[in-house]
Amino acid sequence: MSARERILGRLRAAPAGSPAVLPDLGAWRAMHPPPADAAAAIALFRKNIEAARAEVHDTTAQDWPLLLAKLAAGKGVRTLLFGPNTRHGAQLAAHLNAAGPAAPRLVPYNRPVDKWRDELFDDIDASLTGARGAIADTGSLILWPDASEPRLMSLVPHIHFVLLDAALIHANLLAAITAEHWATGMPTNALVISGPSKTADIQQTLAYGAHGPREVVVLLCNTNGDKP
Amino acid sequence: MSQPIQIHPAKGFKERSLAALNDPAQRKNFRGAMDFLQMKRRAQFPDPKDLSSLRDLGEAIRRYSLARLPDLLEQLERNLTANGIQVHWAETPDQANAIALGIARRVDARLIAKGKSMVSEEVGFNHAMEAAGIETLETDMGEYIVQLAGEAPSHIIMPAIHKTKQQIAALFAEKIPGVAYSEDVDTLIQIGRRVLRRKFAAADIGLSGVNFAVAETGTLFLVENEGNGRMCTTVPRVHIAITGIEKVVAKLEHVPPLNSLLPRSATGQPVTTYLNLISSPRKAGELDGPEEVHLILVDNGRTQAYGDLQLRATLQCIRCGACMNHCPVYARIGGPRLRHHLSGPDRRHHLAPPARSRRHLPAVLRLDAVPRLRRRLSGAHPDHRSADPLAQ
Ligand code: SF4
Repeated sequence: MSARERILGRLRAAPAGSPAVLPDLGAWRAMHPPPADAAAAIALFRKNIEAARAEVHDTTAQDWPLLLAKLAAGKGVRTLLFGPNTRHGAQLAAHLNAAGPAAPRLVPYNRPVDKWRDELFDDIDASLTGARGAIADTGSLILWPDASEPRLMSLVPHIHFVLLDAALIHANLLAAITAEHWATGMPTNALVISGPSKTADIQQTLAYGAHGPREVVVLLCNTNGDKP
Repeated sequence: MSQPIQIHPAKGFKERSLAALNDPAQRKNFRGAMDFLQMKRRAQFPDPKDLSSLRDLGEAIRRYSLARLPDLLEQLERNLTANGIQVHWAETPDQANAIALGIARRVDARLIAKGKSMVSEEVGFNHAMEAAGIETLETDMGEYIVQLAGEAPSHIIMPAIHKTKQQIAALFAEKIPGVAYSEDVDTLIQIGRRVLRRKFAAADIGLSGVNFAVAETGTLFLVENEGNGRMCTTVPRVHIAITGIEKVVAKLEHVPPLNSLLPRSATGQPVTTYLNLISSPRKAGELDGPEEVHLILVDNGRTQAYGDLQLRATLQCIRCGACMNHCPVYARIGGPRLRHHLSGPDRRHHLAPPARSRRHLPAVLRLDAVPRLRRRLSGAHPDHRSADPLAQ
């Protein structure tokens, strides 16, 4: 008999105990009513993610590359990682290439990490990714990395810029999972990110940029129903 | 199957407790840290009605998972396998280590970067790997500090609470080449970040624990603040997750309520910085992520607890650590002197002290889940909303 069979055998031989009663999530949903309207959801998201020390900047579907260039310059960003095969990646490239030498150097994430791990870890100051959505009650960004925007983009660079459509803010994690039918197909890696990386492991003193980004900067579009 | 449940005596417990009590600097660290964590947890649950309905729901979810445990484990295995994640079963710590070692040998691993994993402590993972000539490196900042000092973690959430920043500054200056003494916490963390980044890039295997394993989707759910867990599960070519068989939940929608209790009880945060949901290795065309993902499901006495209806409830524990933060014994004698890998809910200090033996109780005990203990201990558990009764 294998370890598997013996473990399952012992579990199946155990006394039955109380019957399995499916937990009722209705009460939980009732305890967590969604924000009154879109503006309230945006305000709550902003308040919570700012409390976790992320920056949030209002912008529009047209203007965000300009804002990003300005913010990046202010933060001394020399290299900016982006996904060239995304729509916003293409928009960024078009804008920054037109902006001339003052703009940060764009680095496309277009080959397997195994081919350029040291460069990724040592030379990249910042990245831009999109967000699949966001969560108001915890101030969180939802990312589903994929081939055109890989997993390490939101982890390795020191500054992570995130483009978010305000129409995609859910009330809470359960609402996002249910509304988007996550259970019918999960990606390789789904991420929920609430601000910059942090630790309080030395004398309970909060420090940012433990292993992941020191700064998370949200570029929030469509706050007035202006679709990106 | 019906082996008697064994509880191991605490060798030298009294001597070590006395030594710990007579270390005023360490007592001050612990008292301060426990007060801080209690205060932060209290602030997260301002409304007792909310707390108790959330706890009831959390308990209902865990009870449901346990009532269907063998079925859910099989469903989890089926879905993980279909997603490309390899599932292994271990009855004992030795089996768990042998499985990991088999993988490590096959990929010729020299360095294993570890995210926080209490089950890896439980099975003596580092020791087993090092005996086979494979280096293991703790990458959680607190765990890294403790490993660098050659000590054992003193708290599940804050492994290095027994150390002051002066001690850490001296440790870094002594042990890390080219580092000057600095007591500035940001500087110290940046030093750790720099050192550990090199290691993530060099590691052959990343090891992690699992907070919840979702049967219906075949998903490993991990929470953390630092990002080292994401590094360990994303950068090396192979990711091995190790966890107890009780960590499974039926549905993805069962995770949010549990994950609302977990960080609020643990550190008094509404949410951790990262929720990391892993459902498959790197797929064709993807540019990063491990090529192999393994899950080692560990029994190590959990089926024994499952066989006893009173003890089964101990498997409901979500390892938030709040009971430890409120434990009057732990606040007084906790720390590396106790020489336990895990304390608090991991039963090793007050109920079944240190066990490095092969068969022992599972590593969990939810105090208020056992009616007899509930009567005896009411007032000492955080869920009874009275902080350390001896503190005030
Ligand atoms: S027993 Fe302790 S660690 Fe486990 S759920 Fe209860 S308070 Fe949290």
